[in-house]
Amino acid sequence: MTEELDLSGHNSDAGSEEVVLTPAELIERLEQAWLNEKFAPELLESRSEIVECVMEQLDHMEDNLRRAKKGDLKVSIHRMEMERIRYVLSSYLRCRLMKIEKFFPHILEKEKTRPEGEPSSLSPEEFAFVKEYMANTETYLKNVALKHMPPNLQKVDLLRSDLDSYVFLRVRERQENILVEPEIDDQRDYVIDLEEGSQHLIRYKTIAPLVASGAVQLI
Amino acid sequence: MFCEKAMELIRELHRAPEGQLPAFNEDGLRQVLEEMKALYEQNQSDVNEAKSAGRGDLIPTIKFRHCSLLRNRRCTVAYLYDRLLRIRALRWEYGSVLPNALRFHMSAEEVEWFNHYKKSLATYMRSLGGDEGLDITQDMKPPKSLYIEVRCLKDYGEFEVDDGTSVLLKKNSQHFLPRWKCEQLIRQGVLEHVLP
Repeated sequence: MTEELDLSGHNSDAGSEEVVLTPAELIERLEQAWLNEKFAPELLESRSEIVECVMEQLDHMEDNLRRAKKGDLKVSIHRMEMERIRYVLSSYLRCRLMKIEKFFPHILEKEKTRPEGEPSSLSPEEFAFVKEYMANTETYLKNVALKHMPPNLQKVDLLRSDLDSYVFLRVRERQENILVEPEIDDQRDYVIDLEEGSQHLIRYKTIAPLVASGAVQLI
Repeated sequence: MFCEKAMELIRELHRAPEGQLPAFNEDGLRQVLEEMKALYEQNQSDVNEAKSAGRGDLIPTIKFRHCSLLRNRRCTVAYLYDRLLRIRALRWEYGSVLPNALRFHMSAEEVEWFNHYKKSLATYMRSLGGDEGLDITQDMKPPKSLYIEVRCLKDYGEFEVDDGTSVLLKKNSQHFLPRWKCEQLIRQGVLEHVLP
């Protein structure tokens, strides 16, 4: 299991870099994506390439195990490893699905008005799922209640992500001059530096772009 | 007072602990919709009065009825949507076949919503790569050990384990099985994890 994995996969347009990862690095990326997704209040950028590579990795491991001698101790250990990886991957995808279902009107709108070139927060499969979820839920609410209501009241608004919620983070790359906006009128804007390796409790909105770029890791 | 029935719907759900689904209150919903219709019609006629006969004194009443309408709508949508969320949770808890007791508490439209939802979910999971995709409704907890001791709580029949062999799950029989295979059966109450 020392093969390396090519993460560039399916983008052939100019500007995409080829990243070749060892399996261990891939799993580390998966775990980072998982933790970030768990602790961020909004849906983060889709990481389909990691999902695809991890699925491939699991398939390879399954194949290897099938060919191994039965009763070999290594088999149990590798099975444990596969279970762990499957758990993290499932948890990551579940977390995303929960957020998608929770904030579906705004996520859909954001996707529909996304400018060309900006990365999507939905994989194509998630996009299909949320469209169906929207149609299903809208149809249900309309047929059971809304269409029986007076004409001017037939549209409704649902939840939005709370970007002001606080998150814990660890700094991976030093950042300077991060502007922190005041929460109450008495306070003023102030600027902070984030030292590499330091940990902070801060409002998500302030550091959202740093999560996307990988400069900080949510914990 | 207006919105009483709507509040009752909300209270009914508030009383039911998470994961439980009380019976669909069709009657209650109908009454709220009827109240909304009545309020709207009264407002329409008052608005006409106010405009044509200059009855500005009607405006506070109109506003009040409008607030009640908004409140009724908000309560109704909250009631219906909260139930959908509970029903959605059932798919994750029990799998795609719901116990009859729960199904009887759902309206026909809710059952339809559930069927669409599980179909969407199945399509999504299948698309995740590999031959059959990934069933993300499994592996709900971090794995602690590979195999677990389970006791069978009811007769279930043949159950296939990984390499083609199968076990007969009879009531009170005990087995040492792969953890991930047992998860759903444990949740459904067919198997019980026997702690060492």
